[in-house]
Amino acid sequence: MRKVAVVAAASRQEEKMLDTEVEMMIPLITKVRESVGLQQTDIDFTCSGSSDFLAGQAFSFVMTLDAVGPNPPIVESHVEMDGAWALYEAWVKLQMGKSETALVYSYGKPSPGSIRDVLATQLDPYYVAPLWPDAHSVAALQARLLLEGGHTTIEQLADYAVRAGRVSDHEEYFSQPFIADPLRDADCPSYADGGVAVILATEGVAEKLSDNPAWITGIDHRIDAHHFGVRDLTMAPSVRLAAKNAGVSDAAVDVAELHAAYTTHEVIIRREMGLSVRPNAKQRSYPLAADTLMASGLLRIAEASRAIWEGGAQRAVAHATAGHLLQQNLVCVLEGGQP
Amino acid sequence: MSEIIIPEILQGKEPVQSVRTPIRMEYTFTPGVAAQAYLREFGKKKILANVSPVDGAILVPPRGADPRHGVLCEEFVELPHQGHVGSFCITNVPIPGRKDLDLPYISAWIFLDGADIGFLNLVSECPPEDCRIGMRVEAVWKPDDEIGMTAENILYWRPNGEPDIPFDQAGVRGWRYRASENSDA
Amino acid sequence: METHERLSAPLVLEYPFTRTTGPVIGAFLTGLREAILLGIKRADGTVLFPPTEYDPQSSESLYEMVEVGQDGTVLTWTWIDKPRDQSPWKQAHALALIQLDQTDTSLLHAVLVDDVKQMITGMRVTTQWRDEREGHINDIEGFIPIEGSGV
Repeated sequence: MRKVAVVAAASRQEEKMLDTEVEMMIPLITKVRESVGLQQTDIDFTCSGSSDFLAGQAFSFVMTLDAVGPNPPIVESHVEMDGAWALYEAWVKLQMGKSETALVYSYGKPSPGSIRDVLATQLDPYYVAPLWPDAHSVAALQARLLLEGGHTTIEQLADYAVRAGRVSDHEEYFSQPFIADPLRDADCPSYADGGVAVILATEGVAEKLSDNPAWITGIDHRIDAHHFGVRDLTMAPSVRLAAKNAGVSDAAVDVAELHAAYTTHEVIIRREMGLSVRPNAKQRSYPLAADTLMASGLLRIAEASRAIWEGGAQRAVAHATAGHLLQQNLVCVLEGGQP
Repeated sequence: MSEIIIPEILQGKEPVQSVRTPIRMEYTFTPGVAAQAYLREFGKKKILANVSPVDGAILVPPRGADPRHGVLCEEFVELPHQGHVGSFCITNVPIPGRKDLDLPYISAWIFLDGADIGFLNLVSECPPEDCRIGMRVEAVWKPDDEIGMTAENILYWRPNGEPDIPFDQAGVRGWRYRASENSDA
Repeated sequence: METHERLSAPLVLEYPFTRTTGPVIGAFLTGLREAILLGIKRADGTVLFPPTEYDPQSSESLYEMVEVGQDGTVLTWTWIDKPRDQSPWKQAHALALIQLDQTDTSLLHAVLVDDVKQMITGMRVTTQWRDEREGHINDIEGFIPIEGSGV
């Protein structure tokens, strides 16, 4: 395996952004390139993640290439997935040995549409999507199984909501009416427009671009079955397996950046990854308070990397999820120091 | 592959082979920073373009970016309401939802005077056989009381009677022409 | 600097999809039209409902469709006080995962009760059919509690 590190990151999130995706991404992409002194012509591979259903436009990612400046023509790819999966593709590309640097970015602007409803279109088109269940209601089905099955308590969900800044205390949490019984507003994601860009580099190059590269020591992604009814929704075997393959529990974790957009998801992710239920590993930002579909996962990797660059962590874990009810999961372990 | 076994009770029933699964999604689309500025001025019958900070290229309509270099464009200039046909197409098939278009119609890349890129629009008051690359055209606007912040303000473009510009300077060919002029200088 | 309201305009995307069903989903939908519920047997003898041509967990091909019960048990639920615009239901209702008798997996559908107080996990329900059926998941109007069945 070639050693690959995250050497630069830039991100932005706002509740409702005026900028187009191109206007939003140009400053971020410019910033990551400039921070390591690379021009686009120095970058061997560019990969992005986004969703046409958010933009309401077919092949919308092609437009966003305006933000990269693909002139002269660049080596480029795109995934209709969170940017964490674009990073995985770039990591694989770097493993192939012909490339040494990669630009990875992703973005989402949910504000023009109703994301709760748009997400219904990712469900089974014969049996489920025609019923148009909104995202929070689907999450509530999983939440009730967790609560009534004794996997968590309302108090624990309230703790997670307070820690993520969705409410100031338990009193405020319990004063909220159910938005999708048994979930309250504070259990559900607060959506944000936003984007993130990172630069990857291989051993030998990364050390020249950064004083303290965040080395990817383990990365894996796994998927569970799509149909609600065949899964035990209180578990996410794909999180467990990805975490095992990435080596999460091989050593102490200083920072854990989890893509938990619902309080109930944090319960499952922590258990499947073998992290403490009472959080002891630091987390720097919370998708529950600002979830940007297609970017939240790559943002976790960017935040985990920042923790290493700034000296707050020697070993950090980032988790990303996609699909409904933690169906697809990616886990990435990052470490500072020598490769 | 084995046959699917279906219970006796459904034998002989007309099988369902397809299902309607329509999707409808409603968005509230907001133009970006540059497009907002463009539309506000377009509502006053002014055509704005972006100026590339890299080489001064004039990009219309403005999208806030020079896509060749991946840089923001924050400077605007106003362009005249005349230009030339950079390339065109004569269409003989109708478009659903545009019953107002008489066939055949001409769609063209219009290069406004001073602009480095063209944009797609209709050419009318011109028989299809007379349309040509380099033909000079001018905008025909909607009546003033119907002008709004919409791309529909310009009904079409028509020949303005001025002499054509040379073929090798028309449309994107002009890039190469201007580059060779600059290298000669 | 001049300040403005943000410009905005409605954008509606509509896709009038008609999907082909394949033999298994087609038979299931034919069953719905005839007010019959069909599952499909997995290699271990359990019954997958609603059925697919493959086992979603092992990806093995599946062939043997079987009629299943029209009564079932609510595994989990949430309450929809105000249905979303596109919902097939106009009244408040529960959305639930329901495991039908003689099946081993669950179906997402509505439980048609007037009040959230009537909902409890484990309650028994039965299929309520629409009068007009065409071979669509909405041929089932929803599920209604079986009176006096308790939990």
